[in-house]
Amino acid sequence: MTSGTKSRMIEEMKLQSGQDPSCCYQCAKCSAACPVTAAMDLLPHQVIRYLQLGLEEELLESRTPWICASCFTCAARCPRDLDLARMMEGVRLAILRRREGNKFGPADLTPEQLAKLPQQALVSGFRKYNK
Amino acid sequence: MPRTGVFICHCGTNIAATVDIDKVVEAARSFPGVVHAEDYRYLCSEVGQDLIKKSIRDHNLDRVVVGTCSPRMHENTFRKAAAEAGLNPFLLEVANIREHCSWVHRDMDEATPKAVALVRAASAKAALNDPLEPPTVEVEKRALVIGGGIAGIQAALDIAEAGFTVDIVEREPSIGGRMAQLEKTFPTLDCSACILTPKMVEVAQHPNINLLTYSEVEEVSGYVGQFDVTIRKKARSVDAVKCTGCGICYEKCPKKTPAEFEMGRSTRKAIYVPFPQAVPNVPVIDREACLYFQKGRCQICAKECPADAVDFEQQDELVERRYGAIIVSTGFDQLDPSAYGEYGYGQHPDILTGLEFERLFNASGPTGGKVVRFSDGKPPKKVVFIQCVGSRDKARGMNYCSKICCMYTAKQAILLKEKVPDAKSYVFYIDVRTAGKGYEEFQRRAAEEYDVAYLRGQVGKIFPENEHLVVKGVDSLSGKTIEIKADMVVLAAASIARADAPALGRIVGINSDSYHFFNEAHPKLRPVETHTAGVFIAGACQAPKDIPDTVAQAGAAAAKAVSLLSREVLQGEACTAVVNKAECSGCLYCEAVCPYGAISAVEIEERSATGTIARTIADVNAALCQGCGSCTAICRSGSINLKGFSNEQILAEVDAICLQR
Amino acid sequence: MRYRYFPGCTLKGQAKIMEETTMAAAEALGIELQELSDWQCCGAVFPLYEDELITLLSPVRTLAAAEGEPLVSLCAACHHVLKRAQELMQRSEDARSKVTDFLEVEYSGEGRVLHFLEVLRDDLGFKKLAEMVKKPLAGRKMAAYYGCLLLRPAKVMQFDDPENPTIMEDFLKALGAEVVKTPYRTECCGAYLSVTEEKVARDTVSKIIDSARSAGAEGLITACPLCHYNLENCAADNAGKPVEILYFSELLAEALGLTVRAGSAEEKTGEVPSQ
Repeated sequence: MTSGTKSRMIEEMKLQSGQDPSCCYQCAKCSAACPVTAAMDLLPHQVIRYLQLGLEEELLESRTPWICASCFTCAARCPRDLDLARMMEGVRLAILRRREGNKFGPADLTPEQLAKLPQQALVSGFRKYNK
Repeated sequence: MPRTGVFICHCGTNIAATVDIDKVVEAARSFPGVVHAEDYRYLCSEVGQDLIKKSIRDHNLDRVVVGTCSPRMHENTFRKAAAEAGLNPFLLEVANIREHCSWVHRDMDEATPKAVALVRAASAKAALNDPLEPPTVEVEKRALVIGGGIAGIQAALDIAEAGFTVDIVEREPSIGGRMAQLEKTFPTLDCSACILTPKMVEVAQHPNINLLTYSEVEEVSGYVGQFDVTIRKKARSVDAVKCTGCGICYEKCPKKTPAEFEMGRSTRKAIYVPFPQAVPNVPVIDREACLYFQKGRCQICAKECPADAVDFEQQDELVERRYGAIIVSTGFDQLDPSAYGEYGYGQHPDILTGLEFERLFNASGPTGGKVVRFSDGKPPKKVVFIQCVGSRDKARGMNYCSKICCMYTAKQAILLKEKVPDAKSYVFYIDVRTAGKGYEEFQRRAAEEYDVAYLRGQVGKIFPENEHLVVKGVDSLSGKTIEIKADMVVLAAASIARADAPALGRIVGINSDSYHFFNEAHPKLRPVETHTAGVFIAGACQAPKDIPDTVAQAGAAAAKAVSLLSREVLQGEACTAVVNKAECSGCLYCEAVCPYGAISAVEIEERSATGTIARTIADVNAALCQGCGSCTAICRSGSINLKGFSNEQILAEVDAICLQR
Repeated sequence: MRYRYFPGCTLKGQAKIMEETTMAAAEALGIELQELSDWQCCGAVFPLYEDELITLLSPVRTLAAAEGEPLVSLCAACHHVLKRAQELMQRSEDARSKVTDFLEVEYSGEGRVLHFLEVLRDDLGFKKLAEMVKKPLAGRKMAAYYGCLLLRPAKVMQFDDPENPTIMEDFLKALGAEVVKTPYRTECCGAYLSVTEEKVARDTVSKIIDSARSAGAEGLITACPLCHYNLENCAADNAGKPVEILYFSELLAEALGLTVRAGSAEEKTGEVPSQ
């Protein structure tokens, strides 16, 4: 737990995403609605909890933002009208902007994948995983 | 020249911390007409009031100005003190130097001159005040209760026992309300009908209570002590005097239609009583469904009735009565959860609201008291309860908590276990709220003794799969996603105000909040009064609540009504409008703007140079006038004035502030 | 009925068949789709962070190029990006002024931005469509798969009820097919996770396919090339009877009695996809 000093990363995210995590009352409907929770280490509502508690380091280590498929179901169901998709994007960008750089590039693909994948998959994949 | 006394209150530090009291007192001594000025720490206290009374006598004061908190707080207190000292209470004026001054400023150098100006204005007005006598209003010793659920029933019984006549107007064919739809009540698990029906019968038999069921209030005019109400008694098409309640008519009726009492989950006949213990036990013909009224056929009920009580020619009847007090107790509705497409309500027969599930337990319910699925008639083995459907929801529902759902869900899970011993219940919750007496213990029993699984989290979506309903949820405490193959899902849908509550409010003259719940006069200290004198509210129409609170509130409203009815006369409004006959031109703009219908045109005879002429001018009925001042604002010639707030008095205040006169 | 048309990169590449079948159908229905003369990839995702302005340049350039005429896309992702970009331009003065200044265009969110299915439902009408069907898909049990991007966020996309949509089922009914509803029709297919986390995509896709199959569907229609790819390639290997994955326009062309020849799209629009 943090001592209560505000996390700069989290303050920046609140500004950029326009969402305030303190509105969340942890009902976890977002996690219940999310189609890909099976592969996540932190569930979506836990990501918001970590934001509320200022647990910056743990968030930066989590796999969850990279499992998120940006399907917007969480935001559609949230009873507090919070846009989780924006907050998750915020965590992704916070990681990318702070860490070494891009997570995934053309070099990581096999020739078969490059031949078969629709252009849309490549563009969206590279965009989500890179600065 | 008046002899004015000025009294400035410190209000502890509320005023004194921001306003220099000594400077105000000193300035007051120089105001025209002021012969005495002093200050005190708490003028509203008994000592403070005695100080004012003593000063009035010692200094022979005939006007009093108090520099204190808002008149909403203590104007009445100080007026009573003045009256006790022999001064007409309307010769006292309040300068609000707290809410209008010390509480909105921080700088003493700015606040003090402002306080001086306010006190100067009040003393200028006071000099022009006249003694006023409020008119007396006779009180009609009869109360009207709108809504015959447990709140209305309890209020009516309390008023009737105090010796006054009460009329209950109920829209449905029977009294009983929501409590009649319940099987058992928490936390005692009393049979709801068993505790309700004795009260219903008591109401029906009480010599002081008149029941007007299948009736609605159409119009209300008048004011406290004398409300003139028009009630429409809708035609039952059955003669209530002849009917013996044998029930042959609805047994033989061939036409079925969805039953409102069962939320449409089963049917009733076109001629019906809503439930077996209905009071009065007189059926009603639903003319929209009846084959005779719609198509000119059938009439089987009339033919079969042994008492010849069916009367197709019966008409609505309008009843006009006067009441001294009105209590509104019109109850609540349950939110339609169709807005939550992810829960699939309406898409699958085994997804129910809490109220619909409750009806399954009742012997006269849609399944004859057997807890079975609507889809295949088999008892459910796994039932999922989802709390907060539409409550605590900023996005698509109500932002408030519906208060009763945590408890009734626990109750329903317990009842389910008793009826279907091998059934397993799962409750998805955000918080469990059990604040009443015995409530926490009750919910713990559900969790500990009745094997109800409480999962802290919500449900994302329900997927119908073959005969099951796959419920995808989450337990936020363990961080695990949960998938349950349920047989039935019960949604604790929000308690909401009735959609037509604001319309009734407009008829009666009370207002409602953004959720359509009726507004109480003060949320803490006046929970059953409204801002309209003589109209009280009780029960869930004010806010979601459980039965014990409803009954308590009904008793409170009844006590208020009784205190009103037990007076011989009421004091009316003293500050009423008055027309200067000579100056009034008879344009009657004032009549158009008066919200109380207190102004009318009247013919007078006047002497003119040529003889006597007849002329129309405006006339104010002081009994109806509430002193709002709309007429004085619109009068072009200033010939209508408000006693206690005349044009001259207001302008004197303006001069005092601007010209320091 | 004339519309400006934005193809998007995938429709000139792996999803060519969607464009070809749509072009043929549009001509038969009397709908003119005029391709924008100079366009580039829409970006495939809509930027969710308010400072990612550079990612807005392409969609806003496209929107401005429509010059006030209604703009139609076929690819669900393109439509999603364009629609949300339009809404942002309407809502945020900051984004609007910066982006239009940089691009040196005039655009403040005007004009209709539509998906072709909306053209069929709102401008042509499914009743009229049904009348023009020459070979009704009688006896074909088809299910609709909406995916995410057409429906959500509902306040912006305003495509249909996000939890209980009917537009694709109504479309299938107009074509004479026997409609099968799968409860997973609005669940995410996994999107770009098929590129980076294939196991996750397999999981989501299998649920969708299994549910469609057990409801009795022979085929699933979609409007998104990525959903199409995922549904076709990521189903679990032990699958039962295969479910055919089709673009909605393939069924449309079939029902209108058209046979579509490969390469026909370029002839219609006069464009050759750049390499």
